[in-house]
Amino acid sequence: MTRTVRLVVFGLGGAALAVLFALALLRMPPFGTADHPYRDLAVAAAAAHQTGNAVSSVNFDVRGLDTLGEEIILLGSVVGAATLLRPARDESERREPRGGRVLDSTALLCWVLLAVTTLIGIDVVVHGHLTPGGGFQGGVVLATGLHLLYLAGSYPALRRLRPLSWYQWGEGVGAAGFAAIGVAGTVAGGAYLANVLPLGTLGHIASAGTVPLLSLAVGVAVTCGTVVLLAQFLTQELRITRRE
Amino acid sequence: MNAVLIGVALTLVAAAGAVVALTGRPGRQAVTLSAYGLLLALLFLVLQAPDVALSQIAVGTVVVPLMVLLAVRRIRRGRR
Repeated sequence: MTRTVRLVVFGLGGAALAVLFALALLRMPPFGTADHPYRDLAVAAAAAHQTGNAVSSVNFDVRGLDTLGEEIILLGSVVGAATLLRPARDESERREPRGGRVLDSTALLCWVLLAVTTLIGIDVVVHGHLTPGGGFQGGVVLATGLHLLYLAGSYPALRRLRPLSWYQWGEGVGAAGFAAIGVAGTVAGGAYLANVLPLGTLGHIASAGTVPLLSLAVGVAVTCGTVVLLAQFLTQELRITRRE
Repeated sequence: MNAVLIGVALTLVAAAGAVVALTGRPGRQAVTLSAYGLLLALLFLVLQAPDVALSQIAVGTVVVPLMVLLAVRRIRRGRR
């Protein structure tokens, strides 16, 4: 493809996007007024299913299929990164990386923060249907929190606490669990991802039907997916050397 | 008051975005990107979207800059 052809393709695409974007903006509700058509619909739908957090209601109840799609995009990205970053033919993997030195105070702070971050992550995943957060946010917090072990200077500890094959399985199990809850909705409620479980009382931990379960499935998948993803980069950085 | 907060947050995001775009080296860009992500999260919080702010902090401020830094270091090592 020559430069001129690329510019023409870009010009056509850019012009079409600009037209569609302008049309969409013209029909958007105005910014900064009390008129919120989406809020009125979303909050009513959340209240009808006893879900405290309207955003989670949108993500896991109203448009659960979109969330399944996003989940599969993450799965695909992780598989893609793992495939691209595997050791090439002229590279070899060392057993252990060279040890570095870390200040005792840094290591202590990391261990304390590891406990705090893990608790916050679990809290965000489990209360996704009540307070801001949910499986995705909590999952990323849990996965990145685990890497404080590396900052604490203990790559062997990170490797022991992070048997990678478990996380590879966890990613698949989380995504499959989400899909399976959807199938259960088809069987019991007549629609894929239908909210078929008892709805409970608004504000209780056992409320909102399938929303907390779907959030948990996403939490497991995102935690494991992010750990696997970051592990590929860390392995490349720490353990792969080019064969002489 | 709320309009002022939104205006301040928007201005900070615009300024930080320009800083990220004008940062030349990818290794340094990861750091400015991280700060930009934090300011973007602040804007989302001011606009009453705490869910999005949480995602932004986790992904935009931590995971993406970390991946960029690790990738940059790996490439630099490969060149030697």
